[in-house]
Parts: sequence; C-alpha cells; structure tokens
Amino acid sequence: MLTRTDQTMAQTARTPGGARVDLLVMAEMIGHGAKVLDVGCGDGELLKLLERKGVDGRGIELSRDGVNECVAKGLAVIQGDADTDLSDYPDDAFDYVILSQTLQATRHPRQVLEHMLRIGRQAVVSFPNFGHWRIRLELTFGGRMPRTDNLPETWYDTPNIHFCTIKDFHQLTSVIGARIERAVALNAWGTPLRLNAPWWFWNLFGEQAVFLLSRRG
Amino acid sequence: MAEAGLSISDEPRGSVREADNPRQSLLARFGPDQPLPLDCGVDLSPFQIAYKIYGTLNPARSNAVLLCHALTGDQHVASEHPVTGKLGWWETMVGPGKPIDTNRYFIICPNVVGACMGSSGPSSTNAKTGKPWGLDFPVITIRDMVRAQAMLLDHLGIGSLFAVAGGSMGGMQVLQWAASYPDRVFAVLPIAAATRHSAQNIAFHEVGRQAVMADPEWRGGRYLLEGTNPRRGLAVARMGAHITYLSDAALHRKFGRRFQDRSNPTFSFDADFEVESYLRHQGISFVERFDANSYLYLTRAMDYFDLAADYDGVLANAFKGTTARFCVISFTSDWLFPTSDSRAIVHALNASSARVSFAEIVTDKGHDAFLLDEPELLAIVRGFLGSAGKARGLDEAR
Repeated sequence: MLTRTDQTMAQTARTPGGARVDLLVMAEMIGHGAKVLDVGCGDGELLKLLERKGVDGRGIELSRDGVNECVAKGLAVIQGDADTDLSDYPDDAFDYVILSQTLQATRHPRQVLEHMLRIGRQAVVSFPNFGHWRIRLELTFGGRMPRTDNLPETWYDTPNIHFCTIKDFHQLTSVIGARIERAVALNAWGTPLRLNAPWWFWNLFGEQAVFLLSRRG
Repeated sequence: MAEAGLSISDEPRGSVREADNPRQSLLARFGPDQPLPLDCGVDLSPFQIAYKIYGTLNPARSNAVLLCHALTGDQHVASEHPVTGKLGWWETMVGPGKPIDTNRYFIICPNVVGACMGSSGPSSTNAKTGKPWGLDFPVITIRDMVRAQAMLLDHLGIGSLFAVAGGSMGGMQVLQWAASYPDRVFAVLPIAAATRHSAQNIAFHEVGRQAVMADPEWRGGRYLLEGTNPRRGLAVARMGAHITYLSDAALHRKFGRRFQDRSNPTFSFDADFEVESYLRHQGISFVERFDANSYLYLTRAMDYFDLAADYDGVLANAFKGTTARFCVISFTSDWLFPTSDSRAIVHALNASSARVSFAEIVTDKGHDAFLLDEPELLAIVRGFLGSAGKARGLDEAR
C-alpha cells in the first residue's frame, strides 16, 4: 500500500483552489466536530480540510515521509499499515473511518472494510472505478491492462492490486452487510454525476466513486 | 574518617562539589513537613531538587514545559555545564527560536532524585548523619522521580504543564507523568522511550553496575567517606553503555577499523584503534562529572520501570481517559529502545482513544539520535508543539 498522494492518485482532479475534488466530497459527508480516522492519509490533505470543520482527526499512513510531514504539520498521524494495524483499534472508537483511494492497494479489501465499520460507526470510501468506459475500451480494443491519467502505473509496478468497479464494490457492501447511506460517482473532471442515474450509468461514466457506509442494524 | 571523606573536594570530581550546592542552578528545598514518599516505602526527608529554568512563565501560567533528562543528563539542558564547561545536552532542541522555544515556553529542567548534580542522591549529605548518604540512600524509581517533579511544580505554583518531554530515561518519566498526572499534562512527548526496561537492557545495566562494584576503590559504596574514587569501574560501565547508545553503522562510519595516531598495530593492548581511544575518552570524561553510586541508583530505577505492571498488566489502562495529546518518536537504528517499544506505547494509546502521533525517524545514529541534530526530529517536535500550543491558546495567552 502506498500513499495515495504520491503514487495512487497523482493526477486526480482538483478545484481551482487546488483541493482534490474527491476529498471535498468526502469532507462534505463528515459531520462537524466528529471523531475521524483517515486510513492512508498521505500528506494529511484531507485531515487538514477536516480540521476547519472542527473535526478531531487521526491518521494512519504507511509511508514514513507522509507520516513525518503530517506530524510536523501538527496532525495526529501514526505510521502503520491498513492491512495489519486496524485490528489494534477498539470497537466504536471513531464516528467515521475514511479510506480514500487506498482500498485497491490493500491486500485484504474486505477485511479492511469490515474493520473500518467495526472501529467507526460509519465508513467513507473512495476508489477508482475500473468499470469506466475508457478502461473497458482500452482492455477490449487495446488488449492491454488499462492505464489512465489517474492510474498511470504499468501492471508490473502498480501498488494497486485489487481493482474493482462500482458494481463490484456495491456487491461487497451487501456481502459484508453494510448499509449504503450515500454514494457519489465523479466523472473525469471531478464533477458528480446525476444523482438519479441508474447504477449501470455510474459504473460506465464514473471515474471514481465515494461511498458513505454504515453498519446494518 | 569522616573528615577524610569530606576533604576530597580538592579532587577534580565536579559531581561531589555539585551534590549539595549546585552551581548555576536553582534549588528547591523540601523540609520535614514535605517528605517525598518513595515506592520502596521510605519517606525521603528533607530533600532538595536542583533545577534550571529558561524563558518566561506567561500570566495564565499555561506555557510551562517540563524537560526530563536521561540517565547521565542533568538540569543543564540549554546552558553551559558548570563542571565540563560544555554546551547543554539539548542545545539543538531548546533555545530561542528552537523547536522547544524559550521565547515561547517557560522551560523547567530538574535534576532527578538520585542523581548527583544537586538533587538529593547518594552523594548528597545525609542531614541526619552529616555524611554522604552512599548506599544508605533509599532505592528510587521513575515514579519517585516524577513525584518529586510534581512537588517542584507545586512549589513553583504551576498547576498544569503545557508539555512534558524527554528521551530515553527522560521518556520513561514523560510516560509516567501521563499516567500519574493525566490532568496536569497537555502535550506529552516521549522520545526513544519504552514503558518498560527490557531484559537485555537490564542485563547491560547489570554489567555496568558490576564494573563499578568490582572496582576496589568503590569500598562497598563508601568511597566518599574513605576518600577513594571508583573511577575505573565507572569508566568501564560508561564505555559499555556508550556502545549501546550508538549503532554498528554509526561506529563503522565514525571509526571503521582506523588506527589511532599510528599506521600499524603495536602488538600490545594499547588503544590501537580509534574506536578504543574514543571509548576510553568517553569513560574518563564521564567520571569527572558523574557519581558512581548515582549510576547504580539511576540504572536501577530504569530497570524497575514497568508502567503496565502498575495497571494490572494492561498498558492501555495507564492512559485510560487521558485528554493529553501524545507524540511518540523512535529511531530506526536504536536497538536499546527499538521502534517496537514505541509501537507498544502507540497501540496502548490507540486503545485508550488518545490523540497520538507517531513517527519513526531514519538514522544510523542509534539511541543517541535524540540528542543530535536530526532535522526531521526537530521539525516534528516543532510542528507538534506548535499545533498543541494553538490548541492550548498560547498565542492569545501571551
């Protein structure tokens, strides 16, 4: 698992102000003053955004550089691995646990997601959609593993080992018994797609998706 | 006999002169009405704490930072040492505009109980006998040190600390502070520390103590009375310990297999190698400023430290309900207090839902890295204290 800022999402859409659009969408899902754990927090961009909302934010980050940068910024971030270290956290320790653009780089996405919903009352997950039409085209007609602006690495050096489509993720949420509170698909420019569009439309035209999940029951 | 013991002040041993009347230090004396209750069951009374202060306490009394020194450190954290004439031990970290900024914070650095630079310890004069305590001084623990520091803060009229920081044995005190006085600490900064001393570390300490005690001049700990000085034993103890503060890579980088002032081996047991000469120098200069019995007492205090044991073996309970923010720092090449020790602290803090940051810094300088000019360490401490200061409202309080 690598830092999303350095490796995974080098080219993600940004607003004129410079903020990553998916982070703004996620930040908007988080309530004021909430207690939040950002798993794979990179250089702390989202935690900094959340700070303005009075959020009590913590982070886990695998890369030492990312951690040290965060701590020097005054963020409460520890060095750790989403695949192994989430089990150390007690139940219900957070209001929200966030995983942005990191799910596809974990070894055990299902376990990571389950831990997130155990540690937090709600989970916010963003990921690149491998069902996007351009990716389908590249594989169908190019005959090679797709590479995009957002996912520029070749298959042999990518940290992303568990790609999924929006449809796949949707199915995983029902397998683990999570309730989808909200879901947003973003197009290539980072603009949210029409809310009332059907899933197949999102799966084809969403470049990335953001899900707000909660435990069922 | 007593006269002979007391007349050794002519010897070039600074620690003996400093023990009762420390120079360039402030002194807090606690009389019979304020005993220090020790873990061993004894009340230490009267006793005294030597300390240094830097910076100014703000009107709200909210900017006090307590710095806890390591095994062989003392209160002279950011100013000239009265015995060695050297700079303070944390000059890279503490001073005007430095990460622990004396323009911003009011810094208190006490000498720990059991040490030899002016706080009561085995080389201090026992008020009841008029002679040096020696081994009659009660065995002290990290918790005793912290209890004494809390009494010093009461004496200074400081209710709660903005921060408590320290490395190694200082880090142990920092963790004990967080556990013993959760309401009196706002930011907690243990560096290269652990919540318990490992078997390997106890073993190293035991070798050091045996070296001191094997020196015939130690005289069963009565060397001050008998006018001797176990300098060889203490120097050997220091040499052994010093190796544990470095790393294989650092020693190799600094010395390799280079010869000292010669191009060929002498086929003797002279200090042929640079590393031997360096260690001898470390040993010899140490005994000029440190008391052999203090070395026994302080290593013992570290050995006894096991924070979880005081909380039914559950470390997280030591930090239960804490509202302090923590920043735990370790170094990749530190094999004395390895990163795994710091991770154990972080796990416990996470389990207590404490606000914790943790950074491991890449360096080949070993345990001693916390004392050195490590830019990443300095940036992290600056950032952590800066943001904690904002949360504490230090800027408004000025």
